[in-house]
Amino acid sequence: MFPQNAPPIPQVIQLIPLQSYLWLSTALFVIGIVGVLTRRNAIVVFMSIELMLNAVNLLLVAFSSYRSDPAGQVFVFFIMAVAAAEVAVGLAIIVMIYRNSRSIDIGFLNKLKW
Amino acid sequence: MNTSLLILIPLLPLLGFLINGIGFRHVPKSLVGVIGSAAALGAFGISLYIWSSFEGQAVVVSLFDWITVGPLNIAFSFQIDQLSLLMLLVVTGVGSLIHIYSIGYMSHDAAFGKFFAFLNLFLFFMLLLVMGSNYVIMFIGWEGVGLCSYLLIGFWNKVTNYNNAARKAFIMNRIGDLGFLLGIFLIIQTFGTVEYLQVFDQAAGMSVGNATLGAITLLLFVGAMGKSAQIPLYTWLPDAMAGPTPVSALIHAATMVTAGIYMVVRSNVLYALAPDTLEIVGILGLATALMAASIGLFQNDIKKVLAYSTVSQLGYMFMALGVAAYSSAMFHVITHAFFKALLFLGAGSVIHAMSNEQDIRNMGGLRKKLPVTFLTFLIATIAISGIPPFAGFFSKDEILAHVYQHNKLMWVLGVAGSIMTSFYMFRLLFLTFFGDFRGTPAQANHLHESPASMTLPLVVLAVLSVIGGFMNVPHVLGGHSALATFMEPLFEGAKRANPALFERGHLDHSTEYMLMGVSVVAALIAMGAAYVLFISKKAIPAADGQESGLQKVIYNKYYVDELYEAVFVNPMRKLSDALYSFGEFIVDGGAKSAGALVKFSAGQLRQIQTGETSFYVFAMVVGITALLLWNFGSILFK
Repeated sequence: MFPQNAPPIPQVIQLIPLQSYLWLSTALFVIGIVGVLTRRNAIVVFMSIELMLNAVNLLLVAFSSYRSDPAGQVFVFFIMAVAAAEVAVGLAIIVMIYRNSRSIDIGFLNKLKW
Repeated sequence: MNTSLLILIPLLPLLGFLINGIGFRHVPKSLVGVIGSAAALGAFGISLYIWSSFEGQAVVVSLFDWITVGPLNIAFSFQIDQLSLLMLLVVTGVGSLIHIYSIGYMSHDAAFGKFFAFLNLFLFFMLLLVMGSNYVIMFIGWEGVGLCSYLLIGFWNKVTNYNNAARKAFIMNRIGDLGFLLGIFLIIQTFGTVEYLQVFDQAAGMSVGNATLGAITLLLFVGAMGKSAQIPLYTWLPDAMAGPTPVSALIHAATMVTAGIYMVVRSNVLYALAPDTLEIVGILGLATALMAASIGLFQNDIKKVLAYSTVSQLGYMFMALGVAAYSSAMFHVITHAFFKALLFLGAGSVIHAMSNEQDIRNMGGLRKKLPVTFLTFLIATIAISGIPPFAGFFSKDEILAHVYQHNKLMWVLGVAGSIMTSFYMFRLLFLTFFGDFRGTPAQANHLHESPASMTLPLVVLAVLSVIGGFMNVPHVLGGHSALATFMEPLFEGAKRANPALFERGHLDHSTEYMLMGVSVVAALIAMGAAYVLFISKKAIPAADGQESGLQKVIYNKYYVDELYEAVFVNPMRKLSDALYSFGEFIVDGGAKSAGALVKFSAGQLRQIQTGETSFYVFAMVVGITALLLWNFGSILFK
């Protein structure tokens, strides 16, 4: 699965151990989750989701560098592109909700039920 | 012999069935009858050709391998020998005449095309039955004719009684068929093949009285009992008269009901080696002949009389089989096909003229209005009563002569049966055609002779009923027993296997004359008695419910139907009802409670779906966490 004779990892990258990246991205991800779960402002929830996405991106880039495998970085580019599209659509929805209800509290959106 | 033509014999009726069946209501009415009759006539023509080019050797024509399982190989093949040729000629010949007759008889019926389609389908299966070269092909035909019989008895399916009659016939036949099927299985197990020639070759080496052969022959005979209406499975045949009259003539008199006799004659080697079975066959045949004839004495429905007469005559044929007089049985099958088909068609002509009246108490004096029908009916009556020189005399007398050699008491009872035969047939004739008309004025005005398409078959069959007997004139009357000689090769195997069975000594001529004289005088006396009763004294059978004593018992058919109803049908029905309600409780209860459980739990579960987005997200996070812990927990908490 991994390249057999991978090129050596550059010295400058090894200055920061992989563990630090893991801790950082985990922290970011958990902050994102907590944000999504606790905040009621739709825009803040949205930002928290972006935070989670970027935590994953960071992790992917870190692994990619430490394994000398560019596939992870390619993934990151795709995620960024998709996230940009998602932001465009998502923000548009939020704007529309605001125009209709004069509020961006997600507690207001409780019609999707039995 | 041109074997490729052979395939056409069953194929033509099948083609007729497909055209008339698929094109029902689309084929013009004038064409339907022509197509149906042409199919039958074509088959008859080819049968004649095959007969003329037959060389005396059994020919097996294999079409394709049908079933191959391990060492068992069942081919789809036909066998042409003396027996199948005779049956072919009878089935297609009488069948063609009845097809032509139906063009006239059924012309007013809305389902004209359906009728011809079914008739052709019946012919197809009947031809398979008699042409097959093994028991499995015979079984296909056997089941197929049963199906067609069911379809045609219930042809007027808007009448509940007719449908019940059809079901009764089908179920009783199924009981017999089960026996037949078990017999085939036993043959496969014993001989490893179902081909006639191979089975009989192997069987010929077995000893007389072999228990396995006894079981096989008994099981096969159970099948014959059902199809050929013998005690105890005979009650369906009188009810089968619910069908249109040509059906009664073709299926329930001339061809299908003789399938049982054909089957026993076909398996003559097996039966020759099982004398005990033959004894049972003979006794049951005699009992059936007597019982049915006695019931026939008091019936008032013109077709019912003929139906019981058919059962009784079939009894005679089985009696002949029981005393190993195979060729006599076949002879009677042929002559009976002529005169009984004629009687039924004549009855149909009467019913047609009487606007669907079937009660002979409302007829009388029809001979002037229906001269052709009367003459042909008279000929058939004389023929079936056994008065020389008509067909029935020769065949019945031959059977009685063989029975006499076998057992004197059986002979006496057989003659008693033939007295009854003669009496009820002349009673029917006198009540229908002589005396004064007893129907309504409307019926009297409507009386008319049938169209040519109906009288032509009557005339042809009448001629055959007159001369049919001459194909097998016994030596004592200066004949050559031509039919018996023709069929001789069929029984060679049986004679080698069990010579004792066929050594019955030679009757001297004076005895033969005596036997003939007794049966002829008996028939004439019965005829005279009927004449005195129904013409001189002008007696008319009592109205329903007026009978008394023994007459009442016999008029009600010895209450056999009621007995079966009480012993078999009702308990079975009760059992089914019980099982039904039990099944309803268990199955329906189970299904319903499962549904209710799902509905209830779903009602409870859906409360979770609150619509709160944050709750959904929370549930999702919890779920993903749980999944991760489930999968990777072992690594984490090592």
